Amino acid sequence: MSGIYNDPIGHWVVVVVAITLLLFVVLTATAYTVWFERVALGHIQRRPGPNRVGPWGLMQLAADGIKLAFKESFVPAKTERTLFVIAPCIAVAAAFLAWAVIPIGLWYNVQYWIVDINIGVLLVFALSSLNVYAIVIGGWASNNKYSLLGGLRSAAQLISYEIALGLALVPTFMIVGSLRLRDIVDYTVTLGPYHGPIPLILLTPIGFVIYVIAAVAETNRAPFDLPEAEQELIGGFLTEYSGLKFVMYYLAEYVNMITVSALAALLFFGGWYLWFVPPVLAFLLKVVLFLFLYIWLRGTFPRLRYDMLMRLGWKVLLPLAIVNVIVTGTILVASQG
Amino acid sequence: MADDEKTTDARPEHPTPLRGPDEGVPVHPKGKVPSVGADIAALATGLKTTLGEFFSPQVTLEYPEDKSPRSERYRGRHYLRRYENGLERCIGCELCAAACPVGCILVIAAENTDENRVSPGERYAKTYEINMLRCIFCGYCEDACPVQAIVLGPEYELSDTSREKFIYTKEKLLEPLPPDVQARLQSKAKEAT
Repeated sequence: MSGIYNDPIGHWVVVVVAITLLLFVVLTATAYTVWFERVALGHIQRRPGPNRVGPWGLMQLAADGIKLAFKESFVPAKTERTLFVIAPCIAVAAAFLAWAVIPIGLWYNVQYWIVDINIGVLLVFALSSLNVYAIVIGGWASNNKYSLLGGLRSAAQLISYEIALGLALVPTFMIVGSLRLRDIVDYTVTLGPYHGPIPLILLTPIGFVIYVIAAVAETNRAPFDLPEAEQELIGGFLTEYSGLKFVMYYLAEYVNMITVSALAALLFFGGWYLWFVPPVLAFLLKVVLFLFLYIWLRGTFPRLRYDMLMRLGWKVLLPLAIVNVIVTGTILVASQG
Repeated sequence: MADDEKTTDARPEHPTPLRGPDEGVPVHPKGKVPSVGADIAALATGLKTTLGEFFSPQVTLEYPEDKSPRSERYRGRHYLRRYENGLERCIGCELCAAACPVGCILVIAAENTDENRVSPGERYAKTYEINMLRCIFCGYCEDACPVQAIVLGPEYELSDTSREKFIYTKEKLLEPLPPDVQARLQSKAKEAT
């Protein structure tokens, strides 16, 4: 099986098949994430959530998708037409591209990823920050004060939290010595009788806490969902969007949510390693747990005020992340010295 | 009236003295020092609460399948009753139509004869129609009836596809009573005796 990866033509066949499969899998996963979120939020509010379409409401998203796909493709007058259409495409393209470098598992020598590049994490962050462009351009092109405000908030928020997010992961890279996601997952330690991969959260707990908070902000999820803040901004940058263009933004948001959950599983919880559980299933389980955490946070906390958001980002998370980097570096040097 | 208001204007004293213009808003309750630990504990309490709700039984009643129980005295659609020997109770006295505040009941009475005996009294209702679009389900007809011929049952899902179908005719009103209405009427009769 491993021979096919080295064959020049076989390699491309594998990549194309993998891309097709991954697109399908991520799309389906997104649909069921929305279903999972609605059901979990429902249970938090002691109601069943969608349960009418198909068994346990599992076909709800198919119904919603068909309904939205058949809506009129409407562009309001006085919008910047080209940008208005391009913006959601940027969002969805950036969201899906990130999955090119996310390794899902290694099972019976079959590689469940598309490419394994040595700057994997960096690429994921580069692509996830493209999401800002989608939101800002969409908000500006809508020619609507609520959309513009949503876009501006998003720009400020994402810039503030991206720094903390990146710095929160620096200790991990310092310990592992690589940005390749596979190397981070395969990071092994020898601790007395134990020799094997460990969940890196044991070594970088503070980094994990910063990562989780910053990732919620990065994906514009409650309680950091200021860009779309329904109550104050109608729908923020989404106000003027409907039909398939709305679906694209929506899709991008949920794909990003799965991406940051997957990254959390890979960077802090040992990826596809979990006792005897088969690799891909173990990874899936961890991602689902993280998704539940996000939904749980959304069901619990009210939205932060704008100044609180900025204070948390710049005055708490960023200094904490920097201190974390310095302390980890000191310990690393001391232990090697 | 205005004078009365003036005399009753004396409000009770506020239990705690109100804040003066130069006093700031107290940030934390007295005796509580703001701390990161307390804040995180507060967040954890919130998460614990929602997780508790997550595992609690749901309160949703899934309507078309499950319905909330109706009160015994619930006033839904009308029924016309019969005696046990099959004769109609209604004697065509039109008291229900007179009692109806919206005038949705139409009764046209006719004489009973020995060949055509519909009710035990002198007269019976030849036509008995209720316009359910007008009816406000007040139950005055049931109160007014001297022979307890008309009762209001528990059904409330009365939607239909045309206006004409909302004129409930005598045939429709004479449908057999649901068992719980019968039980209610029996218990009412027992109380009366």
